[in-house]
Amino acid sequence: MTLKFVIKRLVFLVLVIWAASTIVFFIPRLSSRNALRERFGELARTGGFSPGDMEKIIASMQQQFGLDRPLLEQYWQYLHNIVRLDFGYSLYRYPSTVSDLIAQSLPWTIGLLLVSTILSFLIGNLLGGISAWPRAPKWMRAVATPFILLTGVPPVIMAILLIFFIGFKLKWLPLGGAYSVGQVPNLSWGFALDMLRHQILPALSLIFGSVGGWVLSMRGMGITIQGEDYVNFAEHKGLTGGRIFRDYYMRNALLPQVTGFALALGTVVTSAIIVEGLFGLPGIGTMLNLAIRSNDFPTIYGIVLFITITVAVLMTIVEFLYPLLDPRVRQS
Amino acid sequence: MSAIALPPSTQASIERPGSLVLLLRYLRRNKGLAIGLLILLALVAFTVIGLLTVNTKNAYPLSVALKKPPSWKYPFGTDFFGRDLLAAMVVGMWQTAFIGVLAGGLGTFIGVVLGFISAYFGGWIDGTIRTICQVLAPIPVLLIQVVIAGSLDKRDVTIVTMAMIVVLLAWMGPTLVIRAQVLTMKERQFVSVAKLSGVSDLGIIFKEILPCLLPFIAAAFVAQVFVAVFAAFYLAVLGLGPLREPLLGNIIWAAQSQGAIFNGWWWWPIIPSVGMILILGSLALINMGLDELANPRVRRTE
Repeated sequence: MTLKFVIKRLVFLVLVIWAASTIVFFIPRLSSRNALRERFGELARTGGFSPGDMEKIIASMQQQFGLDRPLLEQYWQYLHNIVRLDFGYSLYRYPSTVSDLIAQSLPWTIGLLLVSTILSFLIGNLLGGISAWPRAPKWMRAVATPFILLTGVPPVIMAILLIFFIGFKLKWLPLGGAYSVGQVPNLSWGFALDMLRHQILPALSLIFGSVGGWVLSMRGMGITIQGEDYVNFAEHKGLTGGRIFRDYYMRNALLPQVTGFALALGTVVTSAIIVEGLFGLPGIGTMLNLAIRSNDFPTIYGIVLFITITVAVLMTIVEFLYPLLDPRVRQS
Repeated sequence: MSAIALPPSTQASIERPGSLVLLLRYLRRNKGLAIGLLILLALVAFTVIGLLTVNTKNAYPLSVALKKPPSWKYPFGTDFFGRDLLAAMVVGMWQTAFIGVLAGGLGTFIGVVLGFISAYFGGWIDGTIRTICQVLAPIPVLLIQVVIAGSLDKRDVTIVTMAMIVVLLAWMGPTLVIRAQVLTMKERQFVSVAKLSGVSDLGIIFKEILPCLLPFIAAAFVAQVFVAVFAAFYLAVLGLGPLREPLLGNIIWAAQSQGAIFNGWWWWPIIPSVGMILILGSLALINMGLDELANPRVRRTE
């Protein structure tokens, strides 16, 4: 891994973040909607204060948010804030900043994402590898087929189906929420178990919703690799089937899958967020749902930018790890 | 002469079979494509027959009895707002198809044009287009679409604007695919021959390269339709679609916000979900089948 490669990737990362921030900055300013006016109009309707004072309040708020300054100055200030991960204030829960809200809900999302992504990557690649491995017993290869059919079922729909069949019909698991109604969050085993039970369906919908894609791409990889010379060589050396499968076949087929993983990150995170919203877990997805419903624009934009930056950074990290996994890339 | 002529029966067997027969024969080998096309055909039939026979006014709120489970009168049941879900599904399918074809078609068109320009002319043009595509690629498109859809005035959100929002950020994929294909095509001998015999740039693009790329363009189109349907569905599930329209995602959003499954109105979110599975599943199967057609190397080795 040369220094030139590292610098190139870092410059690219900055470019991606800059592009996303710029889009998110200019699109709302092109639109005719005024977030402050809508929010205060809503408050005035529900009787917070007399509508006559509204214009004054809006003017003072605009000054406070810096919305009365020239556009380029605002843009510059905005980029400055993004670098410090400062996304401004939430309109709906005003004194809290968007970063505070994200920090509160982030642990839930990370937990769900980590478990489901790792499991679906492992299961999917193993099944895909087996399904293309000519020496595997027939029943083992057949296991992959139903998972391939699942590629047409996105995690969101999987979530609805699971809520209906497992939660509603069979009543095995709760329909939604982070913990049972009436429970107070505490550090007991009982509560932890209750919380875990509520995480199973969201995790399953994400796993089932994305495992098919891995099976499919790994199967394609496996088919190309089994004809390679080194696999033939290993066979003629008389190595056992398991050894060839593990060290010659899977190891090589997995490498491109890591790149695929980096590319899929954006979709994976987006799906997780929407599924979370469906189950009403207190993660980033539910916060985004709430923000959309209450026209809390700074929160929507903050969440979108935060996720974009995270995905871009993670992709860059995977790219840095890649040469460590594949000696061929390291040399060239 | 008559002595040389073949007997009529042999002549018939030598004749090339019609293109329909060839297609059917190919479909028998490419089962995924066949099943995908069959499901898609069934969905189209459902939509067309539905549009002709069902009263589409019932797809909108307050037209029928509320919260009725599936029965003879309402095969798909009715929802909390008094929509007949059968009518809603018919209209929703039609709108989904409209968004998919419009956004998918436009995205593919932009992709083909940019891909050709990029690969054929090369140099700084290629560099610019490629860099833009690569910079935009890692950005989670759906979230940017959330920002765009959220910034629109609710009255401006229609089926057509949904399609436009989807297109805005969905042309990079086809651009890169077509660019790669044109790059390999450009080096082939038949293109060099055409160039040496004085065919113009446009002539080479339209007469030599484009016909060879048709299977790839078809595959890119189906992939784009899939992406467009998927994106529009996600936006609608988040409540960013045209809320009055019975788009499948909107129905699910409405069901979700009324706690439909909690209240036991299971048919309300389940029926549009099944519809969406059929749409996305058939498109995925067709896409894989076309990949196999365009790219014989992917063909089954078993």
